[in-house]
Amino acid sequence: MDNLLIGCGAGFSGDRLDAAPPVVRTLIASGKPAALMFEMLAERTLAAAQLRRQVDPAAGYEPSLKDELRPVLADCLRHGIVIVGNFGAANPEGAAQAIGELARELGLDTPRIGIVGGDDLSDSRGRELLRACLPEGGFDESSFVCANVYQGAFAIADAIRNGAQIVVTGRVADPSLALGPAIAHFGWTPSDLDSLAGATMAGHLLECGAQVTGGYFADPGKKDVPNMHDIGFPIAEIFADGRCIVTKAADTGGLVDPRSVKEQLLYELHDPSAYITPDVVADITEAEVRELGVNRVMLSGVRGHPRTPTLKANVFFDNGWLGEAEISYAGPNARARAELAIDIIRKRLGGGLSLRFDLIGLVSIMGDDAGTLLAHAPGGEMPDVRVRVAGRHNEESMIDLLQREVTALWTGGPAGGGGVRTAKRRRLRLQSCLVPRDAAPASFVMLS
Amino acid sequence: MGTKEVLLYELAHARTGDKGNRINISVIAYRQEDYPLLAAQVTEERVAERFAYRRPTQVKRYLLPRLGAMNFVIDDVLDGGVNDSLNLDMHGKTLSFHLLGMTVRCE
Repeated sequence: MDNLLIGCGAGFSGDRLDAAPPVVRTLIASGKPAALMFEMLAERTLAAAQLRRQVDPAAGYEPSLKDELRPVLADCLRHGIVIVGNFGAANPEGAAQAIGELARELGLDTPRIGIVGGDDLSDSRGRELLRACLPEGGFDESSFVCANVYQGAFAIADAIRNGAQIVVTGRVADPSLALGPAIAHFGWTPSDLDSLAGATMAGHLLECGAQVTGGYFADPGKKDVPNMHDIGFPIAEIFADGRCIVTKAADTGGLVDPRSVKEQLLYELHDPSAYITPDVVADITEAEVRELGVNRVMLSGVRGHPRTPTLKANVFFDNGWLGEAEISYAGPNARARAELAIDIIRKRLGGGLSLRFDLIGLVSIMGDDAGTLLAHAPGGEMPDVRVRVAGRHNEESMIDLLQREVTALWTGGPAGGGGVRTAKRRRLRLQSCLVPRDAAPASFVMLS
Repeated sequence: MGTKEVLLYELAHARTGDKGNRINISVIAYRQEDYPLLAAQVTEERVAERFAYRRPTQVKRYLLPRLGAMNFVIDDVLDGGVNDSLNLDMHGKTLSFHLLGMTVRCE
């Protein structure tokens, strides 16, 4: 049987819109069976989508969906490249309808679109299940925002086997977006453990787009990456036994080498002997990463163990508001003026809300919220320093007050303060739990 | 021959990933022959010490000799995680380079 090529068109919500076309051109030129995946649903991305849908029932799917698919939809349909994406987010049916609209706008025949569901546990039945699965007292109805369970690849494969040219999902495990087309292509069953595990890790390598082709990797002089501005997105060639060769779109920048593949292989991984997805438990302790040629790296030796009887659910609760505000100081004695600004804010806002202070240019990232590192930072002049104030509170009005106080440093603070910027957003608390697999079955329907 | 102290950065590369209030940092040897040295010196204790001011509740190390890599799983260093933290870098993505700033002794 032919190997299957799977390309990645996006690695997060808001990814580059010009990434997918070179991938699709490369897939077509190969002449091999191929699929294209879009991973656009980080943990918090889905919660944000759920919030948008609560305001507007027609919203809640990936906002850039049409922009992502417009340049590649016609080519994929013409060449039989199945598109699989979690761009359905909180509203997979809305996304499917939007893709149907896009096809009409482009003058294409109506595509067959499969919609994978069963992930959303936000309704009353889902909440009942969560109440039983979260620790005692862990479910607070009044602050509950949404919950989604991670579904797997078999429902995606079922949709493809039933003729779907495009599969829209909400929450599925990221690697399942690649495993689904592989299951449909090779005819694997849940007992083909090593194959499932190998293709799962291939999906894991693909799921963050440029992160395996030199993105989140380049370090000048140490890990140089050619033509980063034109970084190509990855393609994995999957073998029937689950091995894969990672490569990337032709005529693009970036690189695929053992270093970039190892970094992404371990990305967001905990116990390497048990990478748990809804489909399989993958074990990379004996895995091998081997360079076959320029921008060609093989991953082999991944072992599979039977899938667990549970699925992971992410449950989000309302947790008030986050506010941020910044102001800069420059030149002689800038640091002392920045520290005075912090002192003013601390005294003005008192204990009214929990605050974090950073001096950008000195300590802004490595420190903790309590300011332990900042308190022990070495003294000395800083000719260019930016104060950052971040705070949280249940009431939005207190966040507005934080912003007002930092803005007032313009006229009522230390000399020469400038460049005030403010931002605020809702905060969500994430709690994960396991639910019995049979209590949250996945399903697919075809868009009618 | 004496030993010298070098930055871990010289011998290895690293990447942070996050899930909730838990991060992992991979540490990968550039050269397979340096792996035993890294495994001996980049221990759970030393990594915990490196992040002490963020008060991790647990540091767990997994060894992957075939990949010349180690994986550190560090709990509760994100002040509540991606949905909760007041940190500019709420994911902790920059912390891999903080780890690479530690020193190791080599020949």
